[in-house]
Amino acid sequence: MTEPTRQAVMGPDGLEALRQALVRRGRTVVGPTVRDDAIVLAELTSASELPFGWGVEVEAGRYRLRRRSDRMAFAHSAGPQSWKKYLHPERVRQWTADRGPDGTLTVREEVDRPPAYAFLGVRPCDLSAIAVQDRVLVGGPHRDEAYRRRRTGAFLVVVECVEPGATCFCVSMGTGPAVHGGHDLALTEVDDERGHRFWVRAGSEAGAEVLAELPVRPADPTTVARAEEAVTRAAGRMGRTMPPVDLRDLMRDTLEAERWNDVAARCLTCGNCTMVCPTCYCTTTEDVTDLTGEHAERWRRWDVCYDLDFTHMHGGTVRRSGLSRYRQWLTHKIGTWHDQFGSSGCVGCGRCIVWCPVAIDITEEAHALHAEASGRDAEGAGAS
Amino acid sequence: MSGVDRRPTMAVWKFASCDGCQLTLLDCEDELLPLADQVRISYFLEATSAAGPGPYDLSLVDGSITTPADAERIRHIRDVSRYLVTIGACATAGGIQALRNFADVAEFRAAVYASPEYVETLADSTAISLNVPVDFELRGCPVDRGQLLEVITAHLAGRRPDISDHSVCFPCKRRGTVCLPVAKGVPCLGPVTHDGCGALCPAYGRGCYGCFGPSGSTNLPAFVPLLRRDGMSGLDVVRVLRTFNTAAPEFAAASSALAEAERPPEAGQRDATGEPGPGQDGAAPRHRWEDE
Ligand code: SF4
Ligand code: SF4
Ligand code: SF4
Ligand code: SF4
Repeated sequence: MTEPTRQAVMGPDGLEALRQALVRRGRTVVGPTVRDDAIVLAELTSASELPFGWGVEVEAGRYRLRRRSDRMAFAHSAGPQSWKKYLHPERVRQWTADRGPDGTLTVREEVDRPPAYAFLGVRPCDLSAIAVQDRVLVGGPHRDEAYRRRRTGAFLVVVECVEPGATCFCVSMGTGPAVHGGHDLALTEVDDERGHRFWVRAGSEAGAEVLAELPVRPADPTTVARAEEAVTRAAGRMGRTMPPVDLRDLMRDTLEAERWNDVAARCLTCGNCTMVCPTCYCTTTEDVTDLTGEHAERWRRWDVCYDLDFTHMHGGTVRRSGLSRYRQWLTHKIGTWHDQFGSSGCVGCGRCIVWCPVAIDITEEAHALHAEASGRDAEGAGAS
Repeated sequence: MSGVDRRPTMAVWKFASCDGCQLTLLDCEDELLPLADQVRISYFLEATSAAGPGPYDLSLVDGSITTPADAERIRHIRDVSRYLVTIGACATAGGIQALRNFADVAEFRAAVYASPEYVETLADSTAISLNVPVDFELRGCPVDRGQLLEVITAHLAGRRPDISDHSVCFPCKRRGTVCLPVAKGVPCLGPVTHDGCGALCPAYGRGCYGCFGPSGSTNLPAFVPLLRRDGMSGLDVVRVLRTFNTAAPEFAAASSALAEAERPPEAGQRDATGEPGPGQDGAAPRHRWEDE
């Protein structure tokens, strides 16, 4: 771990002080909270809305809230939503057009004024996911303005993971459970015989300024050691792994594998995996007119590669089969994303595994493809 | 302004249905007057008794075909319509009355009517598209008001209606609902059901009932075990697939296959619903993952 610029320890009351410090700066503070039997993201009007004492039990196709025996607020793995809900909203108006009485057309670009966000409780995998979306949406010559307006200056409070879920594999993807920069503040939560507390580090100037206003005490070696141990332990308790090979090569070399038929027979093409994925960014446009035809609007909304319309061109849909659509998802996430954006499109958060209603597991599919390819290689070697 | 009325003409036609879909049009209170500025509503018995002469630029058809006379009438309507849109589950999939397709209609008729010989009816309730070519099918029981207006508006503007045929899970995730089967083990037809309602039921904690029929990309054989996992019996699954869209091919194939599998050996002609055996064969499900 790199030497933090400034560090301290605070008690749980520090979270409300932190929220207030961010609100004083005109920010909308969003964080995890319990709603509808899940830990979702919502605007926090008090730090007491954080899920103190709540954990989750996850498996492929299954998510259950459970009470913890301690007071931990961030000892839960990824929920059904991610920060893209705020940074890359599901539906945005892009422009409106009006035809005047004399027939002239006026087109107005939509420039909305989103809130200045502060995200409280970003997991390291999700911080990586934000970095991935940064590269996709504002990293190239064509910037997505709606994303840029929300992302610029968003204040990120990252909380390191000490309680990975059964579907987590951030270690395989190199994105967690420790934080490696890109945050304004980093917290690590400890609840032991010495009390419930957070080791806090500033990762930016803005973070250091906020930290200076919090009710903190100097970082003591025991708290720091306990916090570091907990994160190290978490790294050893990942519920899932990816095969230890170059996944991009694996995807490139298994395009005709039998396994795709197997997964296609199970996949509902319902699109849930893509919509919960914190890095999937695809959208479609929606042009609407009013009854008179004098007023038109263009909206863009989330769309995903499981939709038949996604590849609809003159003459019809290109990726008709479920096989070709599942394969597009998996090969894009962990294969061609590297060619397109210079990184993996998967950060190992496990959401697609949990929220697939029929329990299709991206890591299991990758392992099966790897096994099939290895078997084929072994056969090939045996025959020669 | 010349005295010539250049507005396109629109007609609304009724077949076997509860009229709910037609009423959806009357329910468009704020838009009805602007609509009347744009189209001349020439035939709409629900709203007026004055029937105008054809031909019609846009015909909206509500209801399914259940009698020989209706089978004749829809062919005439097709002949006098430039653009024909079916509205609702009855017109698009045969409606709840297509339950008769799985039963013996003569037995029903004898049980319901005092003088069954006067009642002329077909053995099956069929979708309009099984009788005449259809230009667009709008789903739902009933149709969604916004989607109905979109179909009419798109027709007036000469563009394709912006109506997706993906699953209910798409809008469900977009609106941020916590998934019921995953988080609570509540059965939900969303993954195989056509979008249109915007995932209304899941937002209120109820599983999707499938009002809009099968989505454009279903995999029923993989989906049925999920309903079973979430506590539905084989009979429950047959029933939930046999509601408003009972005769939609994907749902009918799955319910028939399941009814067949559930049928006790001694039950003879009766399927698992307790009704007389399937009036239509359990055609193999159409697997969308097989490249067409
Ligand atoms: S592909 Fe799955 S595990 Fe990877 S980032 Fe997306 S949702 Fe998370
Ligand atoms: S996996 Fe599909 S939805 Fe996600 S970014 Fe790639 S193409 Fe888009
Ligand atoms: S993998 Fe699962 S969540 Fe994704 S489309 Fe297939 S069934 Fe739906
Ligand atoms: S609640 Fe139902 S409609 Fe919504 S995502 Fe889950 S399965 Fe799909």
